Amino acid sequence: MRITLRVNNTAHELSVDSRLTLLDALRDVLDLTGTKKGCDQGACGACTVVIDGQRVLSCLTLAAACDGQQVVTIEGLATGDELHPMQAAFLHCDGFQCGYCTPGQILSAICAVQEVHAGVPSHVTRDVRQTVSAATLTDEEIRERMSGNLCRCAAYPNIVAAVRQVLSSEVRS
Amino acid sequence: MNALTFERVPAAADAASAVAGRPRAMFLAGGTTLVDLMKIDVLTPDTVVSVRRLGMSGIDVSDDAIAIGATVTNSQLAWHPVVRDRCPVLAEAILSGATTQIRNMATVAGNMLQRTRCPYFRDVHASCNRREPGSGCDALDGFNRGHAVLGVSEHCIATHPSDMCVALAVLDADVHTLRPNGTTRSIPFRDFHLAPGDTPQIEVTLEHGELITHIVIPHLPAARRSHYLKVRDRASYEFALSSAAVVLDLERDTIRAARLGLGGIATTPWRATEAERSLTGRKASDATFRDAAEIALTGAVAREHNHFKIELAKRTIVRAFATARDANV
Repeated sequence: MRITLRVNNTAHELSVDSRLTLLDALRDVLDLTGTKKGCDQGACGACTVVIDGQRVLSCLTLAAACDGQQVVTIEGLATGDELHPMQAAFLHCDGFQCGYCTPGQILSAICAVQEVHAGVPSHVTRDVRQTVSAATLTDEEIRERMSGNLCRCAAYPNIVAAVRQVLSSEVRS
Repeated sequence: MNALTFERVPAAADAASAVAGRPRAMFLAGGTTLVDLMKIDVLTPDTVVSVRRLGMSGIDVSDDAIAIGATVTNSQLAWHPVVRDRCPVLAEAILSGATTQIRNMATVAGNMLQRTRCPYFRDVHASCNRREPGSGCDALDGFNRGHAVLGVSEHCIATHPSDMCVALAVLDADVHTLRPNGTTRSIPFRDFHLAPGDTPQIEVTLEHGELITHIVIPHLPAARRSHYLKVRDRASYEFALSSAAVVLDLERDTIRAARLGLGGIATTPWRATEAERSLTGRKASDATFRDAAEIALTGAVAREHNHFKIELAKRTIVRAFATARDANV
């Protein structure tokens, strides 16, 4: 079937098998191999991309279902040589070892920060009626909000530090 | 994955007739269950009809009720300010399940129709009456630590995996559907899911091609004092071993009315109505809650590895009620 995939502000007219996942479309058809295939069954978060502003799993998304939607992948974050603040924070905090989960971690972290700025609760928020704020957000909150991205190297403390760094810098500015 | 046709239709009625016309067609919403199970050949539709852009993704709030479109995402619902304010049990239940990525994809109707996580259901080489009627149940004498103790039959002991549905059960939601013949109907939530009995392959009351359009949660002022407690093997991103959804209507320290739903231990989103009735008029003490917990688990049937769930569920109930009682609302 024919679809239009809009990835990182570029429209691609594609003819795809209905079974093709968005993950395989990105990697094997568009050669955007920054999005990683980890478990390929919705458990690890390595394939996280952003569709219409929401973080989702590209391995459980059919490409056909994304016709006309806006997809952002890790390749769409930097402006020329200038890294996105979350990419810079992962470098600065050493938020990875092997790097395989990192693209998914970074996209997920960017959305997690946006969700905190929107004030929405998580499972560990004491009272779901509360509006959470970046200034008072606990590490437990960051860990819960990032729980959909597994890191087999266990770089978790530094990933939390990277998210914290971006949250703090945005509060200061 | 077998070959399939991906179909978009202009309206909900077209989706219903498109699926009704083909025995192996299925609706596709968020895909978190269906695409997952298609990849491991547990579900093998020849056609998927997309229902995500059919105008069913709004939340309408009135004084009497909250009406929730079938394809509202789990995140959208859990983060809605009126849902959080009027029925925290629902927001808490949703936020305790899966991860943000999955909740951003998964829809309300899809969550209600999600399939069990029983490993024998998910393995096409195992015997499973739910997946292949009459083939037997490898869970009965297999590794059944995660399996149900309530609502079980000799043909199936798989748990219903949803957290959200346990909250919807105590909130007395109504499920609104559109049938392929164009008529609509409303199904009380407690009648929607079916215990396995002799036909574990029939999980819900829907006919083939019948489309959930929205659900309605009637306004329940007492639900401001409500809570969802989930007990599991990991701190996050894990299905429940045991969970409880509670609503407490208190007059000082006396219980006017209570509601109790149970998850992780039953084959359907479980409503413990006798335990609820036992609480009416009693003092809201831990001892009272323990009495209700004993009633709720009367008739529980354990297998080799899941006996611990009976006591765990009782303690879950007591703590959930105690937390609701002590909350500042």
